Amino acid sequence: MLMEKISRREFLKTSGALVVTFSIASPLAEAATKRAGPAKTVAGDQVDGFIAIDAKGNVTLYSGKVDLGTGVRTALAQIAAEELSVPLEKVEVVQGDTALTPDQGITWGSLSIQAGGMQIRQACATAREALLAQGAEKLGVSRSGVYAKDGRVMVLGSEKGISYGQLVGGKNFQMKVDAKAPLKPPSAYTIVGQPVKRFEIPDIVTGRFTYMHDFKVKGMLHARVVRPAAMKANLLSVDDSAAKKVPGYVATVRKGNFLAMVAKNEWAAIRCADGVKAQWSDWQGLPDKAKLWDYVRQTKVVSDEDFQKVGDSGAAMKTGARMLTATYDFAIHTHGSQGPSCAIADHKNGKLTVWTASQATHLLRKQLGNMLGMKADDIRCIYLGGSGCYGRNGHEDAAADAALLTRELGKPVRVQWSRADEHGWDPKGPPTLLEHRAALDAGGKVVAWESMVFIPNRPKGFEVTLVAADLAGLPKDTAFPGNIHASLAIPYAFPNIKATARWLAETPFKPSWIRTPGRMQNTYANECFMDECATAAGVDPLEYRRRNLKDPRGLELLDRLARLANWTPRKGLAKASGDIVKGRGVSYTKYELVRTYVGAVADVEVNRKTGTVRVERVYMAHDCGQIINPDGIKNQLEGGVVQTVSRTLIEDLKFDRSRVTSLDWKSYPILTFPDVPDVVLDLIDRPTERPWGVGEPGTAVVPSAISNAIYDAVGIRMRSVPFTPDKVLAALRTA
Amino acid sequence: MAKNIKLMVNGKSHDLRVDDPEMPLLYALRNDLGLQGPHFGCGLEQCGACTVHIDGKAVRSCRFPVGKAAGAKILTLEGLGTPKKLHPLQAAFIEEQAVQCGYCINGMIMQAKALLDSNKRPSEAQIKEALANNLCRCGTHLRIVRAIKRASEMMA
Repeated sequence: MLMEKISRREFLKTSGALVVTFSIASPLAEAATKRAGPAKTVAGDQVDGFIAIDAKGNVTLYSGKVDLGTGVRTALAQIAAEELSVPLEKVEVVQGDTALTPDQGITWGSLSIQAGGMQIRQACATAREALLAQGAEKLGVSRSGVYAKDGRVMVLGSEKGISYGQLVGGKNFQMKVDAKAPLKPPSAYTIVGQPVKRFEIPDIVTGRFTYMHDFKVKGMLHARVVRPAAMKANLLSVDDSAAKKVPGYVATVRKGNFLAMVAKNEWAAIRCADGVKAQWSDWQGLPDKAKLWDYVRQTKVVSDEDFQKVGDSGAAMKTGARMLTATYDFAIHTHGSQGPSCAIADHKNGKLTVWTASQATHLLRKQLGNMLGMKADDIRCIYLGGSGCYGRNGHEDAAADAALLTRELGKPVRVQWSRADEHGWDPKGPPTLLEHRAALDAGGKVVAWESMVFIPNRPKGFEVTLVAADLAGLPKDTAFPGNIHASLAIPYAFPNIKATARWLAETPFKPSWIRTPGRMQNTYANECFMDECATAAGVDPLEYRRRNLKDPRGLELLDRLARLANWTPRKGLAKASGDIVKGRGVSYTKYELVRTYVGAVADVEVNRKTGTVRVERVYMAHDCGQIINPDGIKNQLEGGVVQTVSRTLIEDLKFDRSRVTSLDWKSYPILTFPDVPDVVLDLIDRPTERPWGVGEPGTAVVPSAISNAIYDAVGIRMRSVPFTPDKVLAALRTA
Repeated sequence: MAKNIKLMVNGKSHDLRVDDPEMPLLYALRNDLGLQGPHFGCGLEQCGACTVHIDGKAVRSCRFPVGKAAGAKILTLEGLGTPKKLHPLQAAFIEEQAVQCGYCINGMIMQAKALLDSNKRPSEAQIKEALANNLCRCGTHLRIVRAIKRASEMMA
């Protein structure tokens, strides 16, 4: 087993630079705190940035993209092993360490394979070509007389060969990644495309995997941050006399509105935080939740920006025989990681080391430097696997808490957020409002389509404000939620289209990206409205989509989806009687119009009496081009569907005028086992195409498929996520 | 009041000195004994990530006072099996790849063990019911159900 081997290999000695690093499977903090040698390059244009091969032929892959529970660690190793022609067991992956791994950007947007993996593939192809050339020379044959196999350069038609370890072990490649290095033909693949089992699962199921939360540094203190009683309240006074009596109490750290209790052990830190009496000023700056959408609509507009413009939609809108309008809204969601955020930081001799489950260690380093007035070069951020991360959640904030505290105290500090910290203080998916209108001609064809999404202002950067910097009054970056206008543009060939983002000056909660940011909201509204158009035209909704698509790959996907779900044309309303009524709905998108094709059919049951919606089954056809690991994709799609059914039916952040009030799993419930739908998948593999992303696209089509299925069942349009029983009942009453 | 406590964990006896016997067992297991199976998820007995067995019963260790656990037989995920000698549930979770981030999986396996201890061949509905109070944010539920079903077949 690979993991056993890795666990034994506590120290990895790689390349001529004698980089000493640690296995993330090893709990030994002593090993972990060893500094990397200075010569390991992290340059993304250098082969040595990405790979090192030791004398035994073991390959270390340095990945800036990290495994957030998605399986990309294994998939990236598959790509590297395949392109290098080495057995998969020979590849170990080091992830997200600013001292060791290239900055491949944030692990987001379903780009780990599509972007990060392709950089790695090219670096490995460059290395393989160099090894082949060197090997041929050593073996005394021409370059065309050798081939690569199992970590060796072999002479064609003979048993003669030389291992990679003999060729490069103990040395650097010292060459640039060659964008033209030839890639292995997919027909020769033996590792890519296989459902390889994930490396870390044996350790996870036996309690031996070291999560961020499990990691320990010798001599570390434990801290809990005491959060303001209202989001922007000022700290007026602190009485820590009771906390000081807790055995193990070490310090009360107060900096502006940042208040933390530090102790020798974790339970003492919790008791100190419970025992401290803090007085906060009153603050009631949040909008009235009952009027949230009025608030969004009335927020100051910075600008309007069109992201799709075909023909003249304004003029064409007047020519239609029939006009449709609809308004959609999508609630504020929390990430709700199962393990509240956690980090350890150690400030020593002017250098800061941070262990973090951040999806963006390189960016975090920059932000911490900005906050603390340190040079980024004096900060090292090291990734350790955390609890599921579906976007920028609290990990970076916990890291900033710990960094601030270790600098104050001069000792390593572990910060563990509470459940209330996580639910209350992680950045949120912003409230999203969409307005759609369309004109149809007498034959039911769309002659004009216009959409507008109301979202927080267009991003200039990606640095979501660190909570600690904000509270402590230290230099901070400004929060922006990411490219949330994406997927507002539609894949359908209408003659006149306008898709507009209305950029708003503010949003109630610090926004960030949560799985399928913006694309989920935009696709929800687009695909619900597409269904409304189909109904108005009197055409089966799947057929209506097909008629308006010109893209053969999209059409093939819809055909596969129809077969998978055994789709039969929907002829108006399902005319079932009784309290519980079944329906099915369809949805489709080409993600961001430039990548993964995906379609879903949802089967639902609506209880007319209680208003409860139950999603029985979701069929999904999915084309992300070349498949690296089919089981990894299935796992992501199944999980994405379940999580999105939860978001669509249940989830809604609760708050009063001062703060978030849904601070646990009772007040912010998520879908549980008895209500989980079946998921039936059809993966379309195109080995000769480039691979695209997976984690986000599959979820984009889920809310609309459910909404459309509810219409099919009981004839109501659910235009407000989540589809709670009270909203369903209200819609049924007015239907 | 500091107190000496003897904990029996995974068949081994441990002498512990704790400042507060009201400290949840979870912190003793994780921080004093260095175990990494049980996880802190909510501290509110709402999610199940911290589940261990005490005298054969699945218990949420995040609120169970360590003082009350003295003398009881405690079983954690580590005690169930090792990578070289897997318990059928662990083997089945690997076989079904029933993990995404895996943070909740400790609770899933320990709760499933409690189920299989009392019902050797549970139906799918019974499995879902038994795990109704165990949360998974990644949405690994379908694989977890398949893994538990597989384990029950392996143990038959």
